[in-house]
Amino acid sequence: MKEFFRRRKTSFTTGGQPEGNPVPDDMWVKCNACRELVYKKELTDNLKVCPKCGHHMRMSAREWIDLLDGGSFSEMDAHLLPTDPLGFVSLGESYAEKLVKSQQRTGMPDALLSGVGMICGGRLALTVGDFAFMGSSMGSVYGEKLSRAAERAADMGIPLLTINTSGGARQQEGVIALMQMAKVTMALTRLADVGQPHIALMIDPCYGGVTASYPSVADVIIAEPGANIGFAGKRLIEQIMRQKLPAGFQTAEFMLEHGMIDMVVERNQLRDTIGRLIRLYGARRRPVTRRDPVEELIGAIPYM
Amino acid sequence: MDETTKLTEAQELTPWDRVQMARHPLRPHTLDYIAALCEDFVELHGDRRFGDDAAIVGGLATFAERTVMVIGHQKGSDTRENMKRNFGMSHPEGYRKAQRLMRQAEKFGISVICFVDTPAADPKKESEERGQGNAIAESILVMTNLRVPIIAAVIGEGGSGGALALSVADRILMQENAIFSVAPPEAAASILWHDSAKAPDAARALKLTARDLYELHIIDDVVPEPGGGAHQSPQEAITALGTRIRAHLDTISQIEIATLLNQRYQKYRVIGQYAEA
Repeated sequence: MKEFFRRRKTSFTTGGQPEGNPVPDDMWVKCNACRELVYKKELTDNLKVCPKCGHHMRMSAREWIDLLDGGSFSEMDAHLLPTDPLGFVSLGESYAEKLVKSQQRTGMPDALLSGVGMICGGRLALTVGDFAFMGSSMGSVYGEKLSRAAERAADMGIPLLTINTSGGARQQEGVIALMQMAKVTMALTRLADVGQPHIALMIDPCYGGVTASYPSVADVIIAEPGANIGFAGKRLIEQIMRQKLPAGFQTAEFMLEHGMIDMVVERNQLRDTIGRLIRLYGARRRPVTRRDPVEELIGAIPYM
Repeated sequence: MDETTKLTEAQELTPWDRVQMARHPLRPHTLDYIAALCEDFVELHGDRRFGDDAAIVGGLATFAERTVMVIGHQKGSDTRENMKRNFGMSHPEGYRKAQRLMRQAEKFGISVICFVDTPAADPKKESEERGQGNAIAESILVMTNLRVPIIAAVIGEGGSGGALALSVADRILMQENAIFSVAPPEAAASILWHDSAKAPDAARALKLTARDLYELHIIDDVVPEPGGGAHQSPQEAITALGTRIRAHLDTISQIEIATLLNQRYQKYRVIGQYAEA
């Protein structure tokens, strides 16, 4: 069994700057997909999509704010900070040290950025994960910020857009991290109760406990081209279950083909697509009535 | 927690010892609990979409003079049965069967009892193709607002999302030597320290024992096991758990559903620890 979970040290790169290997003079960036050198300015103007091959490079949470209407973003819950609830006894770097390093690297207190803003003039609540912060793993702060975002969106009567990238639940917070999957799902029922949509955008990569909770039950699920999305990691499937995986396994296109997501949308089309969805959901003529009186009566009957 | 639990603490089992006990092949499994605690069990099969997963069993039964829906991960006691049961690792169709039975329980106002015993959700290619992430997410969602009482009892391994998919509940019980973990200790050791052989250290660090999780306010009750573990005296272990499930079910069945749903919301909403600057 233990052989099963072994893997090479190089396997999980959470670190460094969001993708695009910086090449010395800082004017040029090498695309990880096609290996071509791209002029940095051109890349930025192209939303970090390689103009040569169309590869969607990773962006930091802060960079994703550009998806919103200019100047419309107000950050929320920035004052929530991670702690070490288990007093995690690590054999390597302590959890506290890892947190400090990630905070310095990303300028974020934890992996999730939350706030409210507008897309094409439509108001919405927004959360974005930052993969450079411990693989955007879901711990207490992630769960609390997302729950507050869902409840806030419900209170304000606006849609929620979650932009999701994650390695899964944060191991250093143990079952507390696992339970965030349920907590966030709970909070999102409040949004459903007021008839506001949850739109989930899945970006590269998205795995484990995040894939296995709130984004996978969103009203609309969008993914970026080529994004890796799945529950179990490919290495686990190949090395432990000893199964050969076809090319394109667990990509956004694979998820679309298997009926798990609604659409694959290129980065430069995201604003239009999300803006249109918000307008469509918002222009209903009838209010949402989820609970009918008969159902309430049934609730009063004692259980068997 | 009662006196018995406190007494056994003196034995000083390490978390890794408890992992071994939780995985013991002769430990009673879901169908053993159902056979001993319930009458008139009628097993219901299939997710009506793809197939029937033998790694999750469920159906109607009589427990404590009422009809209940019992659902649980099912491990085998030997290799042959474990092949059939996929070692209790459910596929998407298993979770979807569980969802179907839970919705049915809601329709008929029947309380749900879940037995949790899985190393993890099945991590194979086919499960990915059929949407393992979606299946677990749907199960969690169904349980968050299911309008009947739900009790979950961890009787062995509570492994990651695969366990959570049957344990979003009004009351979570754990047997003394059961474990509940964000990931199997081997996997956690691999993720954290790139060495699955460090699993015993991970088991300690993850706080996965019943007592740890009771102290962290994640679970509601620690149910004592016979000396040496449930496999030493299965009947005793089954009776002890049955008594506690009955007591909790009697309590939550008295609560009006809107109140119960609110309590369930709050129970999960407050899990997590963070600082406010």
